Amino acid sequence: MTNMFKGAAAGLAALAFAALPFGAAQAQDFPTRPVTMVVPFSAGGPTDTVARLIAESMSRTLGQQVVVENVGGAGGTRGAGQVAKATPDGYTILLHHIGQATSATLYRKLPYNVLTDFEEVGLVTDVPMTVIGKSALEPKNAAELIAYVKANKDAVIYGNAGVGSASHLCGMLFMSALGTQMTTVPYQGTGPAMNDLVGGQIDLLCDQTTNTTGQIKAGKVKAYGVTTTTPVKSLPDIPTLDSAGLPGFEVAVWHGLYAPKGTPKAEIDKLNAALVAALQDPKVISRFADLGTEPVALERATPEVHQKFLEAQVAKWKPIIEQAGVFAD
Amino acid sequence: MEIFDNLALGFSVAVTFQNIFYCFIGVLLGTLIGVLPGLGPVPTIAMLLPITFGLPPVSALIMLSGIYYGAQYGGSTTAILINLPGESSSVVTAIDGYQMARQGRAGAALATAAIGSFFAGSVATFLLAVFAPPLADLALKFGPPEYFALMVLGLVASVALASGSVVKALAMVVLGILLGLSGQDVYTGTPRFTFDMLELADGIEFVALAMGVFGIGEIVRNLEDEHTRTVMVQKVKGLLLSKEDIKRIIGPILRGTFLGSFLGILPGGGAILSSFSAYSIEKKISRHPEQFGKGAIEGVAGPEAANNAGAQTSFIPMLTLGIPSNPVMALMIGALIIQGIVPGPNVVNEQPNLFWGIIASMWIGNLMLVVLNLPLIGIWVRLLTVPYHILFPLIVGFCCIGVYSVNNNAIDVFTMALFGVVGYVLVKLDCEPAPLLLGFIIGPMLEEYLRRAMLISRGDPTVFFTRPISATMLGLAILALVVVLLPSVRRKREEAFQE
Repeated sequence: MTNMFKGAAAGLAALAFAALPFGAAQAQDFPTRPVTMVVPFSAGGPTDTVARLIAESMSRTLGQQVVVENVGGAGGTRGAGQVAKATPDGYTILLHHIGQATSATLYRKLPYNVLTDFEEVGLVTDVPMTVIGKSALEPKNAAELIAYVKANKDAVIYGNAGVGSASHLCGMLFMSALGTQMTTVPYQGTGPAMNDLVGGQIDLLCDQTTNTTGQIKAGKVKAYGVTTTTPVKSLPDIPTLDSAGLPGFEVAVWHGLYAPKGTPKAEIDKLNAALVAALQDPKVISRFADLGTEPVALERATPEVHQKFLEAQVAKWKPIIEQAGVFAD
Repeated sequence: MEIFDNLALGFSVAVTFQNIFYCFIGVLLGTLIGVLPGLGPVPTIAMLLPITFGLPPVSALIMLSGIYYGAQYGGSTTAILINLPGESSSVVTAIDGYQMARQGRAGAALATAAIGSFFAGSVATFLLAVFAPPLADLALKFGPPEYFALMVLGLVASVALASGSVVKALAMVVLGILLGLSGQDVYTGTPRFTFDMLELADGIEFVALAMGVFGIGEIVRNLEDEHTRTVMVQKVKGLLLSKEDIKRIIGPILRGTFLGSFLGILPGGGAILSSFSAYSIEKKISRHPEQFGKGAIEGVAGPEAANNAGAQTSFIPMLTLGIPSNPVMALMIGALIIQGIVPGPNVVNEQPNLFWGIIASMWIGNLMLVVLNLPLIGIWVRLLTVPYHILFPLIVGFCCIGVYSVNNNAIDVFTMALFGVVGYVLVKLDCEPAPLLLGFIIGPMLEEYLRRAMLISRGDPTVFFTRPISATMLGLAILALVVVLLPSVRRKREEAFQE
């Protein structure tokens, strides 16, 4: 139903646009001026890094600068809201991560609709996460950790980077998979949480490989498992949680590119082509590898797959968030 | 000596034509954005990130670091000249610096800031070079209870910030804390005082608040009274420091450097506290505390040294642990990642060129800054002779651009305008804005650390007294409170100091 409506609306919008001579000319030449890529988080974070790498490569394909603009705040919903209400002409796009799907449930008063206010352009990358513990934590591997958490329950202190953050989601999923509650201690961002984990103030943290790889390789923290179903190339010794006692456990910080609802199909196609080119760009691939990730398979970098995936993710997280009873508004 | 080998390596990296060039670009840009009200290092570095893609990692980091500590230098300029602190660290400088400017001593205030910054920057860089790893370990010992105790100590000390009524100062601190409570609750996600606006979900922006109550409020106040300004211009004299001045600033600079170096290491609020606490200490131990708030040169020297030392040592957790202590450091980590370097504890060993190159460049950069800034003082002071009707609209314009650039959020501009009116009312009521800003900064952190400490200790309040660092600081806070509350003790203490 939503799909049909979505397609129809896009078609109508495209028609309406094509009917205008100016609009038609614009569509042919798109882009004739710089494109703004909104990142709904502050500069310097992992999502910002992904965006800047993609934007740089897309600029070369499009022949126009793709300028990254950081519109942080409110767990990514401020930037996403801004793009949802932007003129749908292809010149404003959004690079958002898994938070786009979870905000639909986390925020009960969202001023836009995650599923109907955007045109998906394509998925970009899945950044794996790792469950890590302070170096003095008893369990030596994932199986022992699972038993330890089940035995000690809320005496185990789990840190996260704030309500709605990827580390918060990973923690909720972990607890829901174990059927046990831990004491959750939120921080404002990964930095202070990592500081307290390395300092031994908290027991566990689950965060993107981007943030954890340096600490793991230096032996400052214990790595228990990765959250994807396949091992991570940059951390070959660490098993997947899926294989180490939590079958089916999977969470990754997936990133996708969006345009406002009603952006003409011609523009979406051009943006998608530039995205696909970026995902095959050797420079992007090698930098992604440094982040412990890789571009998504090309067949997933399409508007259709992205849209279905987003719907599935909204549906996956809804019960988990509602069961945890934590909302961001 | 290993340290000399390392430093030699560092200088061999930093003293190349290319890296000196990028260091210069960095500190020059930093000074400029520091001088422009509201424009801070975060948006500047974010804008320059794409340019660094093409540079070698060392050059990129040298330039970005230069922007950061250069901005700390430049930030005091507008605070002194037009009472407009663009960053939290220069709020304190504005208190006495601006009073000095009004007495025609803007040149001396600017020179004090530049010299204090240079000295503190050089010493802190030395500490960074020699003691980075042990200092980083110390920072790790600071858990939530320690931070809570530190904030309590800071809050108690803040009462000393006021030069007038203690009751009014306390009222301002409380008002600041209340303002700081707006925004999303860190622990539950519940929005507080956001009026259902996503733009307010992260609370009131500090830069908007500070520029409103200080800068805009001051402009409004000046509009009602034409005399102050003419007086101010006529009295501009002596750009350089007298012998007496130099004697008076040595102690404060040394103490400020020490305090700032220590507090700068602590992620999450340490750096912000450094200039406030340096000011409080100077006022407490001064032989003429009555001059504070009315143009005491010590009130410029101590905090300026502290904030520059802090800016330098705040690199320690980032470089040695891979943990960012403030948004600028988070950006640097982003720049490292883009360069293909995984930030973490291994950077020191795996990338010695990078680590020591940056440290060496900081000395070069600090030297450039003092050479760059001392001659500029004459030009800045002449800015004060620009007529009102040209200068004020310009300042307001720059403020709007600056505030908007912090988050690309229009609501911040309105917030600044609103607090401009509040600032004017406060001036009329004889309430000083500095304690308000300190309350605004410390209040939310106090709550955050208290609740975190209680969560981790599972509701056991004795945790604050059983941990040695936390217990010591709380003890100091109680002592400070007793000293403030008992005037007789205070008098005796001053006598003791004079002996």
